Amino acid sequence: MSHASLQGVTRVYPGARSVHALGPIDLQIARGEFFSVVGPSGCGKSTLLDVLAGLNAPTEGRITFEGKPVSGQVPDGIGVVFQEDASFPWLTVHDNVAFGLRRAGVATAEIARRVDYAIGFMGLRDFAQSYPAQLSGGMRQRVCIARTLVLQPRLILLDEPFGALDQQTRLLMGDEVLRLWRETGATVLLITHALDEAAMLSDRVGVMSARPGCFIDMVETGWPRERDSRIVSDTAFGAVTARLWSSLRSESLKAIGRAPAEA
Amino acid sequence: MSRAAKILWTRAAVVVGAVLSLEIVCRAGLINPLTLIPPSEMAAAMLQMLASGEINGDIAHTFLTVAMAFIAAVLVGFVVGAALHELPRMRRAVDPLLASYYAIPIFVFYPLLVAVFGLNALPLIAIGFLAAVPAMLIGTLLGLDRVPRVLRKAAKVHRLNRIETVTRVVLPAALPDLFGGIKLALAYSFIGVIAGEFILSSGGLGYGIAYAYESFENRAMYGRMLFVLLVAIITNGILYAWEARLNRRRGRA
Repeated sequence: MSHASLQGVTRVYPGARSVHALGPIDLQIARGEFFSVVGPSGCGKSTLLDVLAGLNAPTEGRITFEGKPVSGQVPDGIGVVFQEDASFPWLTVHDNVAFGLRRAGVATAEIARRVDYAIGFMGLRDFAQSYPAQLSGGMRQRVCIARTLVLQPRLILLDEPFGALDQQTRLLMGDEVLRLWRETGATVLLITHALDEAAMLSDRVGVMSARPGCFIDMVETGWPRERDSRIVSDTAFGAVTARLWSSLRSESLKAIGRAPAEA
Repeated sequence: MSRAAKILWTRAAVVVGAVLSLEIVCRAGLINPLTLIPPSEMAAAMLQMLASGEINGDIAHTFLTVAMAFIAAVLVGFVVGAALHELPRMRRAVDPLLASYYAIPIFVFYPLLVAVFGLNALPLIAIGFLAAVPAMLIGTLLGLDRVPRVLRKAAKVHRLNRIETVTRVVLPAALPDLFGGIKLALAYSFIGVIAGEFILSSGGLGYGIAYAYESFENRAMYGRMLFVLLVAIITNGILYAWEARLNRRRGRA
């Protein structure tokens, strides 16, 4: 049985000029898989993440997580990291990370243990008493990842979490996400517009069409579980990235209003 | 010396210099003592009135009225602001009225307020309230507008219910702008009440200043004026420092 699945999922934003943003989508994500989604701007990647997380209800179709239906509420066991900085600016790094555990009524000693581990894991130990405003963009994103990690989610959804970071930091953050994925055994779905990032991190990459977003290609990378950013120097890495771009190029042209033949 | 310390010292030097200049000009007889007395005499008069308890009644009257106007303005401003934030159509209808509110001289309604509430503290509270409530309402709207959508999403991810979302995420996120509204509401309610006491009242600091003015009691008038000035400066200074600390922690200028 798949860990998460979407069957015939569509999302239409109603209104005078309703927008068909997504689907129909059929997708099965295996337990422990690192799955990435790439696609042209505005193709509905984030909408896909929102409906899978339960942040928005789909217009049609069925979504399940661990066999149970997901419908407009975030189920227990799903964690989400957003592209925008979602750290709480009025809380210290420590209190940001402890936020979900306190809300869930976890015992104080257990909170201390889990927060300490998450902060250490994300390399934030020296900044535990700092406020997000005192940190760089990359560190704030690490706070958000730690806040997700501490809740021990079984499915982690990452919505372009490194979109605002420079290339070097993105590579290093990619390594940290891979380490997190390996150590927690969680299933990961990553939304990204960066083909190299998708190729480097994933077991499998889904390529989406221009709006309304549907999967037009699935690329298995075949990487071993023990991997890091050095995989970019592997000869197969170029082939994976080339395949992704070949699937995506015509859709990206459509997204910017040019027919593939014009290019 | 840090840049902030330099600015602080420069500011203090400007104020001290202005007060000293005024003292010298008054003592040299360049200004008629019936018009203006030296600042040192103002301070002496103020301290004397405070020590003798002569103005305690006026202080209590004014502070109580300001407190009631301020609390009502903060509560009503917050509730109406939050409601308007949730009702965009109503907000679109009300927005132009809010934008032009401070063009209305609310003191012209004082006779009406006296006719409605009678000659007691209520018209003064109403004036203070009417002067302060838009500041809180606008601060609330601004604060709620500026809560990033991603924080509301984060609240959903943490499976917070509606009340928890408001108390644990929305209000803390909106706090700097809410605090700005509270700060302005306090200043406006203070101005409204003191000015109202000038027009028609049987007590309070504004009334005391007007009475002393009409009786040519310069020491009593300037002593009370200095007291009002100091209260306003100290209160505003404390709130400003608090607000600056809040904003600094959040990386806001």
